[in-house]
Amino acid sequence: MSLAGGSPEPIPTDVKPDPLSNIGVAVVAYPGDADAVAAGMLPAGKPRSTFRRGLEVFLENKLAVTGVGIFVFMLLFCFIGPLIYHTNQLQVDFAHEELPPSSAHLLGTDASGFDVLGRLMVAGQVSLEVGIAAALLATIVGVLWGAVAGYIGGFVDSFMMRIVDALLSIPTLFLALVVVSMITPSKPILILVIALTSWLTTSRLVRGEALSLRTRDYVQAMKAMGGGGTRAVLRHIAPNAIGTIMVNATFQVADAIALIVALSYLGLGIRPPQTDWGQMLSNGVQYVYDGYWWLIIPAGFCIVIVIAAAIFIGEGLRDAVEVRLQRR
Amino acid sequence: MIRRLLQAVVVVLLVTVITFILLRLIPGNPAIAIMGPQAYRNPAAIVQFDRVYGFNRPWYGQYWLWLDHLLHFNLGYSYNLNQSVASLLANHLPKTVFLVGISIILALLCAVPIGVVQAVRRNKIVDHFFNGFSTIFYAMPAFLLGILLILVFAIKFPIFPPEGPQGEGLGVLITNFNALVLPIVTLTLITIALFSRYMRSSVLDNLTEDYVRTAKAKGASERRVLLRHVLRNSLIPIATLLGLLLPALFAGALITESVFNYPGMGYLFYQQALKQDYPTLLGIIVVVAVATVVGSLLADIAYAVLDPRVRYVSQ
Repeated sequence: MSLAGGSPEPIPTDVKPDPLSNIGVAVVAYPGDADAVAAGMLPAGKPRSTFRRGLEVFLENKLAVTGVGIFVFMLLFCFIGPLIYHTNQLQVDFAHEELPPSSAHLLGTDASGFDVLGRLMVAGQVSLEVGIAAALLATIVGVLWGAVAGYIGGFVDSFMMRIVDALLSIPTLFLALVVVSMITPSKPILILVIALTSWLTTSRLVRGEALSLRTRDYVQAMKAMGGGGTRAVLRHIAPNAIGTIMVNATFQVADAIALIVALSYLGLGIRPPQTDWGQMLSNGVQYVYDGYWWLIIPAGFCIVIVIAAAIFIGEGLRDAVEVRLQRR
Repeated sequence: MIRRLLQAVVVVLLVTVITFILLRLIPGNPAIAIMGPQAYRNPAAIVQFDRVYGFNRPWYGQYWLWLDHLLHFNLGYSYNLNQSVASLLANHLPKTVFLVGISIILALLCAVPIGVVQAVRRNKIVDHFFNGFSTIFYAMPAFLLGILLILVFAIKFPIFPPEGPQGEGLGVLITNFNALVLPIVTLTLITIALFSRYMRSSVLDNLTEDYVRTAKAKGASERRVLLRHVLRNSLIPIATLLGLLLPALFAGALITESVFNYPGMGYLFYQQALKQDYPTLLGIIVVVAVATVVGSLLADIAYAVLDPRVRYVSQ
């Protein structure tokens, strides 16, 4: 269930330092170190950066690469597709309603006479835009909240995390439903509502990272040189937790798309004349008894593969980031 | 443990604060909302209303009054349904608990063996098959799964009714069990997808532990090691997980109930969200949140009871 508001697999909140990695640090071989090259410790030429190694691990993961492929394809399908496949998505056409798929309408038409394939593209724009933007915003809020809490620590940390606990105990869907029932949702409002109800898991993860990062020597050194808390959070803690953040952001995209689609399905998401995949489904369900499968299956298919693609990417990224963590 | 208990109390208090803020954010004047727009003609009536229901107090006074009501199980009054929220919940909550409870039990019965098989046959065909299965059902919104089940098992092959059991009380659930099958299957499949992933990684973690090697060295059979040692230890994190996943399960129940018109708490919440019946919405939120906090507290206690290592660490 994608409404979980969390990543599909447990991610440890505090990263245990690998005891073996310290041994590795003891025998550091610097690039260009002639002795090291001669001793065969390093291949000649440039050493592979942790980023490269992570990228290699990611590219070896077939599912993750497939996920990227699907996601890019769906973005192109929704945003470039309408430029190639021209359909009228503005005026209703009751002369051509509920037509089964044919050569004129590849996926048939819906109850208002809109071409379903063209509708999928337009609807997908809303689902993807809201999902991605909300996930980004949620990540930013969560990172700042978690980094500040973890960096300051003590009472402030406990208080900030108890607020997170309190919000986490209210199901995201319930909270979002209350808010969207108060105001007529538009795209920006939906992005805001979803972001403000789903930054919680991110903040927990980043807090865990911040707790361990703030004791590192380089943060201590920066403080000794007179650097302030803002600098520590923005320049040191947030960038060093970037791996964890990226993995979490990808899962956030999956969850945000699931949430916007669920809200629209329930009739409290995006409002007509705009549409998204969830709304297409909820419109299609009214004709379920008539056997108009093309009003349900294509939209459902799009939702499932986009969310699954985001999960695959997230899992691939996590494996890649774990390579980095092992090096630390 | 005392510390954990205090934390839970603070979290519950914060939940009431958040709910109260939401209550205050609602646009409009409660007096007008309840007495209707013609009340504008009679300002004295509005003043009278505010005095009777405490709306003339400062915000902290109003919060205190609301908290006092909550402590006496007075969750508010639904003017929309002309019923107290507590009595609405008494009608609807048991049905949701029934649905979610059965689904959790069924899901655990399936997810635990699946997770074990996946971990033992790691990176084999079985593992990939169930991985695909759980990803699809994780990615599939509950409403889509519900619709597909209705499409196949209620319309194409009319075996089960497309609607959940209707009517008052828990009795209809038993007498109309046929109608309960599709909602339960929907929620169960989605819950399996949630659990089996955790179960797999939990078993994988345990398989590399020293005690597994010790048990094998002592001559225990593969089967005994798995069932007596690994399975027991792998189940412990699932206890915590249950507490953590309660909000997700409630959300899943809301969607499932909406798809099947199953008259539980989630369906009530959805219907009242459409009608902007805020007392009911916020009453339900408080109940769900408190249930979650208590649930995760119980899960943590269970964890400490089941796993002595946790107790030693906290001491």
